Amino acid sequence: MKLPIYMDYQATTPVDPRVLEVMIPWFTEKFGNPASRSHPFGWEAEQAVERARTQIAQLIKADPREIIFTSGATESNNIAILGIARFHKARGNHIITTVIEHKAVLDACRHLESEGFSVTYLPVAANGLLDTQLLADSITDQTILVSVMAANNEIGVVQPLAEIGAICRKRGVHFHTDAAQGAGKIEMDVEAMNLDLVSISGHKIYGPKGIGALYVRRRPRVRLQAIMFGGGHERGMRSGTLPTPLIVGLGEACALCRQEMPAETQRILNLRKRMEQGIMKQLTHVTINGDTEHRLAGNLNISFAYVEGESLMMAIKDIAVSSGSACTSASLEPSYVLRALGVNEELAHTSIRFGLGRFTTEDEIDYAIKVVVRAVNNLREMSPLWEMVQEGIDLNSVRWAEH
Amino acid sequence: MAYNDKVLEHYEKPRNVGSLDKNDTHVGTGMVGAPACGDVMKLQIRVNDDGVIDDAKFKTFGCGSAIASSSLVTEWIKGKTIDQALAIKNKDIAEELALPPVKIHCSVLAEDAIRSAVEDYRKKQKGGSHAP
Repeated sequence: MKLPIYMDYQATTPVDPRVLEVMIPWFTEKFGNPASRSHPFGWEAEQAVERARTQIAQLIKADPREIIFTSGATESNNIAILGIARFHKARGNHIITTVIEHKAVLDACRHLESEGFSVTYLPVAANGLLDTQLLADSITDQTILVSVMAANNEIGVVQPLAEIGAICRKRGVHFHTDAAQGAGKIEMDVEAMNLDLVSISGHKIYGPKGIGALYVRRRPRVRLQAIMFGGGHERGMRSGTLPTPLIVGLGEACALCRQEMPAETQRILNLRKRMEQGIMKQLTHVTINGDTEHRLAGNLNISFAYVEGESLMMAIKDIAVSSGSACTSASLEPSYVLRALGVNEELAHTSIRFGLGRFTTEDEIDYAIKVVVRAVNNLREMSPLWEMVQEGIDLNSVRWAEH
Repeated sequence: MAYNDKVLEHYEKPRNVGSLDKNDTHVGTGMVGAPACGDVMKLQIRVNDDGVIDDAKFKTFGCGSAIASSSLVTEWIKGKTIDQALAIKNKDIAEELALPPVKIHCSVLAEDAIRSAVEDYRKKQKGGSHAP
């Protein structure tokens, strides 16, 4: 077993060697610009791009003509949200999203508020799920867009897309989903789920970084205003020369996800359960954040009470994970996603996200369990909070010298 | 965030982790910080009849820098008089551990912990007449 062990698959994934292999020729001998119509260099590049477009479309059961290429899910989210809002502002100025969206969605919405739009940020339940009745009740005659993520990056919770889609369709509101974490991991069907716009990222699904896609429905046609101006590529929605090697990589990554999803999901789920049980069996005062059923197979977000997250990460430095602790960011605020679930600040500081994926092995899981349990026990021995709890002191009754 | 070697060294081999008897009149206990802020430090000192700190123990809930700051402080104050211990400033701790700006609050907390422990000790010496 090689150290360090990568367990941060929601942050990014390695490019699958099979993906890399099909990309390589498109950097060197097949370097043509897919927009060049006058010679075979351009023609073969265009063919490769169209093949990839089909592979991506198939993953979400869309038509290839509904896929446009972007630099990643952040750009896709920006095009979708800004593009829909600005195009349809004569019809309405209201947008609905949730408080646990990725910053790419939240920040785009915040920006729109400065352009005069009104945004409703819906809360989620303690398990991270959106109450679809609340969503339905929040739609007004001014609402033009609902944006709800497919799966959350921190807690892996999968939202009821089909139910949300049905509500949006019935009310004539565009439905966008940020599927950076969901596409390729959960079954997605733009028809069955009534999706109008879907953001996809390459590097979360074993494809290259710097490439993503946006699904934009054709029937009924979804119209949006571009945010990038230039040569009118991608039906005018996203100008800029298409990066053929990256696109070929994204296409192949989607094809592999589609082929391997059932078996891979089961395998990863078994690994997660093994890890969950291994830790819970040996440690007390441990809680899992987010729903355990409606959840990505490869996400395990755990709070280890009385052990600060960053110090735990240092103690398990051979395992690459991330933390909801404030200390991992410059902001000093603990994870806004965990806070939105009602996890108190104290516990939010003690959370670790383990992200499992395609290349995670059972040996790695067993090693991680061992290391984590040992580290938590050691740090609890060093924790004044743990000591107080052992003495029967209720920490909520203590008056802390907040600083 | 990549850590400075001195922080790592203290974090991996923390000095003086543990507890002293908080009911001992020679022991002063300081507890600073809050769980909601992500760090709580408990620092205990035992002061001998010559006014010298002859033992110090800590327990800390917090990031690596907070643990290293507490560990360093216990090492520094042992063998010092109370006044010498009070002369330790957060700047000294931050400098010694080369803490980045975002971690300066850990050194502030460690300085506060010394004050708080001394205060508790002095209160006990006065027979608890100033107890709240």
